[in-house]
Amino acid sequence: MSGRRIFARPARFAAIAPYVWMVLFFLVPFGFVLKISLSQTAIAQPPYEPVFDLTAGWTAIQAAFAALSLDNFKLLVSDDLYVFAYLRSLTVAVTATALLLLIGYPIAYGMARLPKRWQAVAMVLVIVPFWTSFLIRIYAWINILQHDGLLNRILLALHLVSRPVVWLSTDTAMYIGIVYSYLPFMILPLYATLAKMEPALEEAAADLGAPPWQVFWLVTFPLSLPGVGAGVLLCFIPIVGEFVIPDLLAGSNSLMIGQTLWLEFFTNKDWPVASAAAIVLLVVLLAPLLLYERLQRRQLEEQ
Amino acid sequence: MRKVSRLSRFNVASLALGLAFLYLPILILVIYSFNASRLVTVWGGWSLRWYYEFFDDRAMIEASWMSLRVAVASATIATLIGTLAAVALSRGERFRGRTLFSGMLYAPLVMPEVITGLSLLLLFVALNAERGFWTVTIAHTTLTMCFVAVVVQSRLGSLDRSLEEAAMDLGCAPARAFLSVTLPLIAPAIVAGWMLAFTLSLDDLVIASFTTGPGSATLPIRIYSEVRLGVKPEINAICTLVIALIAVVIVLASLASKLSSSRGESAAPL
Repeated sequence: MSGRRIFARPARFAAIAPYVWMVLFFLVPFGFVLKISLSQTAIAQPPYEPVFDLTAGWTAIQAAFAALSLDNFKLLVSDDLYVFAYLRSLTVAVTATALLLLIGYPIAYGMARLPKRWQAVAMVLVIVPFWTSFLIRIYAWINILQHDGLLNRILLALHLVSRPVVWLSTDTAMYIGIVYSYLPFMILPLYATLAKMEPALEEAAADLGAPPWQVFWLVTFPLSLPGVGAGVLLCFIPIVGEFVIPDLLAGSNSLMIGQTLWLEFFTNKDWPVASAAAIVLLVVLLAPLLLYERLQRRQLEEQ
Repeated sequence: MRKVSRLSRFNVASLALGLAFLYLPILILVIYSFNASRLVTVWGGWSLRWYYEFFDDRAMIEASWMSLRVAVASATIATLIGTLAAVALSRGERFRGRTLFSGMLYAPLVMPEVITGLSLLLLFVALNAERGFWTVTIAHTTLTMCFVAVVVQSRLGSLDRSLEEAAMDLGCAPARAFLSVTLPLIAPAIVAGWMLAFTLSLDDLVIASFTTGPGSATLPIRIYSEVRLGVKPEINAICTLVIALIAVVIVLASLASKLSSSRGESAAPL
């Protein structure tokens, strides 16, 4: 009996419910985002002029297609505010991902070298904060970083600074928040590849006379690249669209695209521009998203 | 023969610093929730004052109740549908649109929440749905079922298939073999998936903000609007309660995965 085929037919039926659900609540909504991004803003509820009304028949639909407007996208390209927001999002995401890799790698490496029994404990310890609320973890840092917060009081007590340093509403605070929130996402895939690595390879390199840094750089690091890729994508993609962390920890003089989208939507009630911003964000992230899906599929299906 | 030392001083130091970095802020938050002083940063002795204040705050209690209901409902639906998706992906033969299917399941894991939230809201507006409990529940189900699917799929992938084959060779119908052999084996992963879905839903601010209606704020939405105004000791107390709830959930989930690892390999990738 062929092992691959068991359940094949009933299992196909299992796909129906999730398939319908995801098409209805994940795929179709993007159509609405696209449609509204091509609409005009209106002072109404909901605040946009629908471009086409499917009940009006074919000629009306044709007329509506002729009236589609790219104005919102033109606005996004011509207004510095949006261009800067996209650039800032990308810069922040690249910097934060680099920091995460730099901080996460030694931790994952340390975990992979623990005795087997302790590895499981370390893994649970890294996962637990991931389960703790995101918002709460950011709030915890506001406690520490505020004007008369713990960090300033420690620094003052140690006479490292003579007056309280402004931490909140700075990029430093935002980077601390991002690194803190995303660290488990970087550590876990790195640890997964490092733990699977054959220690004999490193030992062989050392036996052949390679100093430790060379063993790491020529053997360990190249072999861990799949984990590096997964960790980088797992952090980079959501950070580009991050809203909560920059909103609560960074200053308000330069915004990331997630914040601009939020502002257009909730404050300015300009749904068409918010939708256009979402479409552009999606296009920017398309390549990393596809890459991530391929990695994920390979990891889950070639076990 | 020269051996690469397995655990260098550098390894130990980076582990210790990393774990301290992960846990100290939460620990500080919890300690200050028991602070008697109104000033969050001045220690005024131990007190439960802010917990009483929370239980007197009707709006917060209502938001917590809303969040709990949404989390239970969405985690339950997500576990059902997500498990079906995992079974289809790991046991079904190739079917038309399979790539699109797995694509739709993996994309929300990393998709920025502002996009998911906005697109779902536009759908609900187009459908003229009244926004509130059900719209948030559907939105959270859409996000969390993907996490359930990944957790269960990775368990299914590491399962020894000869057990299923044996059952069927002995004359079990596929459905029977699935119910009496496969399902008990993946049950711990399903439980872990439910717990993960529950905590993710309890935690979500962005998607809930987009998809909820007036008068039905969830707990994170209330916390967020308070936090924007500054640090308040009452928030520390609420956060501590949420952490305690999640800790209970984690203990239950790890018991479930212990059960799972005693029967085979460990399950959850996250």
